[in-house]
Amino acid sequence: MSYTKFVAIGLLAVFLAGCQGSPSVPDPEPTDTTYGDSGASTGGMGEGGMGDGEYLDDPSAGELGMVIYFDFDSSEVRPQDQELVSRHAVQLGDKTHVSVRLEGHADERGSREYNIGLGERRAQAVRQMLMIQGVSASQISTVSFGEERPASFGSSEADYAQNRRVEIKYTN
Amino acid sequence: MLALLGAYANAELVIDVQGVAQPTPVAIVPFGWEGNAPDMPLDVAEVINNDLRRSGRFAPISEDDMLQKPTSGEDVDFDDWGYVGVEAVVVGSVAQTGENAYTLQFQLFDVFGRRQLVGYRMPASRGTMRAAAHRAADMIYEKLTGIKGVFGTKVAYVTATRQGEARLYSLKVSDQDGENEHTIMESSDPIMSPAWSPDSRQLAYVSFEENKSSIFVQTVRTGNRFKVSSKPGINGAPAFSPDGRQLVVTLGGVDGNLDIYTLDITSRQTRRLTTHRAIDTEGTWSPDGRHIYFTSDRAGGPQVYRVSANGGTPERITFEGSYNARPRLSPDGTRLAVVHNDRGNFRIAVMNLADKNLLVLSTGRQDESPSFAPNSDILIYATRQGRDGVLETVSADGLIRQKMASGRGDVREPVWSPFPRF
Repeated sequence: MSYTKFVAIGLLAVFLAGCQGSPSVPDPEPTDTTYGDSGASTGGMGEGGMGDGEYLDDPSAGELGMVIYFDFDSSEVRPQDQELVSRHAVQLGDKTHVSVRLEGHADERGSREYNIGLGERRAQAVRQMLMIQGVSASQISTVSFGEERPASFGSSEADYAQNRRVEIKYTN
Repeated sequence: MLALLGAYANAELVIDVQGVAQPTPVAIVPFGWEGNAPDMPLDVAEVINNDLRRSGRFAPISEDDMLQKPTSGEDVDFDDWGYVGVEAVVVGSVAQTGENAYTLQFQLFDVFGRRQLVGYRMPASRGTMRAAAHRAADMIYEKLTGIKGVFGTKVAYVTATRQGEARLYSLKVSDQDGENEHTIMESSDPIMSPAWSPDSRQLAYVSFEENKSSIFVQTVRTGNRFKVSSKPGINGAPAFSPDGRQLVVTLGGVDGNLDIYTLDITSRQTRRLTTHRAIDTEGTWSPDGRHIYFTSDRAGGPQVYRVSANGGTPERITFEGSYNARPRLSPDGTRLAVVHNDRGNFRIAVMNLADKNLLVLSTGRQDESPSFAPNSDILIYATRQGRDGVLETVSADGLIRQKMASGRGDVREPVWSPFPRF
């Protein structure tokens, strides 16, 4: 909430600064509150008026999503997450000096070492998908934390859904 | 004497946590003391009292209800104790024999039979007094029930405590009653799957230091440890062979196919026992060393299988229900403890290997990590209390259940030590 307010004030400040410094007042950049980029930094207009603006990446979201979630008792990457895995595959294909660690996790139900196995199965599913799309095996390592490192503490279905996941960690 | 043993061994004398049946009334008279200081270094009678009470089989009477407080067998008046209504009396004393040298002695009497059942004297120091008291309790318990006592044993377990965003994982060892707790390993990364060596001098465990799993073997007394397995992929689920020379472990490799291996601790050589592409994990040796029992989901859900320790075709052991995992055999080799899905709840169950009868022993929704006491009569496991794990013990017949006193934090993966060696 306060972040939104901050952005709004920032935009107003740019607008007012523009009023004072320049006779031709441009329309402010289009703003999309859900996009949440920093409006205050989108200045940079030329003498003659507006150049093409561009949205900046949201630093708080990272360039790509880093977590892939799984259904109960499943190690299948869901259709809606396959695009995300593909985008990581492209990135890793472009930068072959970069490595990732795939960290598999399970929810807390059942036995701990068996859950290590379930987390590994999920990490391997993502690994296979990356390799099929051309990522070298040498760029990927896997580790399974089973239920040992929950993202959400608690024992509801919603907590479990948060915990059945693979986290993609870029290591260099 | 025989009649007494029969009566005590009968299941109707035991209680569960609700106190449905009657525990046997006994008296542990405060011990006498001869020494330089005004008080003895440890209230030995209190330790014995707590041990017997916590077993669920005995109800030691309060000191206020005692008509006499003898400290030696000659002064025991059986009529008085019969009038009070106890079936057995323990008397004893501690005498100082040097700066840090003591003698502890006790006698156990059968009130109705008017005779001594056992009497024993042993040396102790301030450091070993508690262990000596537990040993006395073990001897008393065995005389009265016919079952070996486990009061002198230890338990290892893992705790996780939150520190802001991070967590601190600790591997701890305490006496079986939760006293005398020591942290033997601490890490900001997870610690898992502790396992005792058969001489109870070492613990094997899994540690995720540097974001990869490795298996360590650590000497409990010194803290010295060595890494025995750190191969690519999963290194997990260690358990010692009965001769202490090998571990059974789970290795996953880069392709993540979890299989059961044996690992020679000295040479580090491994031998693969399973090759299925399913998850094969949680191996444990049968007490005779001939088989390895393990969890596998080769038929869909996890079930328990066993394979010869020399390899061969695995044989399925559990069939009841959709989920049976984390097998542990009773030290007498007759029963198999598992984590069992009981109508949506994960509970501890024990299967009788002879008739395949499965008995669900716990009542939680997320119970795990069953481990038999060395007398095969009690199990310890982890259950949930709110968001934290706590430890419970249950008799193998399911009749006596006790919450273990524990420190703060989320406690999990208890493993009961073998009998101590004197």
